[in-house]
Amino acid sequence: MEKIPILRMGEYLLVTIQVDMHDRLALTLQDDLTNRISQTGAKAVLIDISSLEIVDSFIGRMLGNIAAMSRVLDAQTVVVGMQPAVAITLVELGMSLEGVRTALNVEAGMELLRNSADGHEETQYGSYFH
Amino acid sequence: MATTLNHEASKLGSIIAQHRDVILSRWLQDMIGSTRRSDLMKESELKTQCSQFLSLLAQATAQTTNTQASAYDPLRDMLAEISRSRATQGFSPRETATFIFSIKQPLFTAIRESLGKDSSAMADEMWSTTEIVDSLGLHTSEAYLKAREETIRRQQEEMLELSTPVVKLWEGILALPLIGTLDSARTQIVMESLLEAIVQTNSKVAIIDITGVPTVDTVVAQHLLKTVTAARLMGADCIISGVRPQIAQTIVHLGINLLDITTKATLSDAFSLAIHRSGFKFVRPQKKESAEDQTK
Repeated sequence: MEKIPILRMGEYLLVTIQVDMHDRLALTLQDDLTNRISQTGAKAVLIDISSLEIVDSFIGRMLGNIAAMSRVLDAQTVVVGMQPAVAITLVELGMSLEGVRTALNVEAGMELLRNSADGHEETQYGSYFH
Repeated sequence: MATTLNHEASKLGSIIAQHRDVILSRWLQDMIGSTRRSDLMKESELKTQCSQFLSLLAQATAQTTNTQASAYDPLRDMLAEISRSRATQGFSPRETATFIFSIKQPLFTAIRESLGKDSSAMADEMWSTTEIVDSLGLHTSEAYLKAREETIRRQQEEMLELSTPVVKLWEGILALPLIGTLDSARTQIVMESLLEAIVQTNSKVAIIDITGVPTVDTVVAQHLLKTVTAARLMGADCIISGVRPQIAQTIVHLGINLLDITTKATLSDAFSLAIHRSGFKFVRPQKKESAEDQTK
């Protein structure tokens, strides 16, 4: 069965979505990711969706759900590399993914996580990213 | 029976062919007397158009009087071309249509001269001529309007493209000065060009300047919010600047919630905030004398 790999980088988990997401794949990812977070005690999850070109309301909701679940397991979620078309689609669908932090690319996402980890800037970032 | 009578070849073709030169000179004289615009068009050009029109009309009417038939295609094409060029030259619709309608009189005179003895044939011929000329006149007006509409549409498109420039202000800082009202179509273009620019320049902060937006109502505010949200999803932070006092009042009176978005009164305020957030710092270099003073 198709699976999306979850890579561990220190205390972060890196998920790169390289294929078109279908509903079952998204559900599997949600399962795997929550398991891995609790196993490894990861501090943050970085989801790279730069190859994702098509998104629907289900996938949008899944991203929001994954972020919410990670937060319950005490890990932050950063979604990076969203394509302009995907961003426009999500906005038109009325999904602003509130509570999910975003960055332009993996590098910027990592920097964001590092800053919030050592600078305790979470509240400050939170106030202007939401 | 009436339709077959209507559509059979009329004598008009042969009448035009016989009296061509007379009709042409009378027509031209007529137009010079009434509607010719010597400031917009040369006489020789008009003459060429008229004689071309006459020969095409003679050819077409020799076959049929049904103006929808394919025999009239070259004539219709030519009229469309004339209307288009006149629309761009600055002729009024009345002047363009009169070009066709003014041929009636010379044609009627020619018909009367050749069929004067047979009054019923003359009446038939005049009726079919009127029908043909009217239909061609309508076609001309239609083509004229179409040419005008095309011009308007093209200008609108050009305005849309011109009106949404995305400017790079600094490394990682973009500005989007908005001019004019934001409707859905423009929002779409604004959003697309902003998001593309964010990806291309790898920018983390985008400043949307609404100094040039005349009014902000609920619809415009919603469009702004959409753009800001889309940019946020991409990982870029948006600042809205250029909020005029009246607009601030309107926004509050309308109960629009812009609390989640950073807003600034001027572009320069927004820029200095963006500089600060990106971790840059502007320092005014000290003057040379004072620097030397300090070293002494």
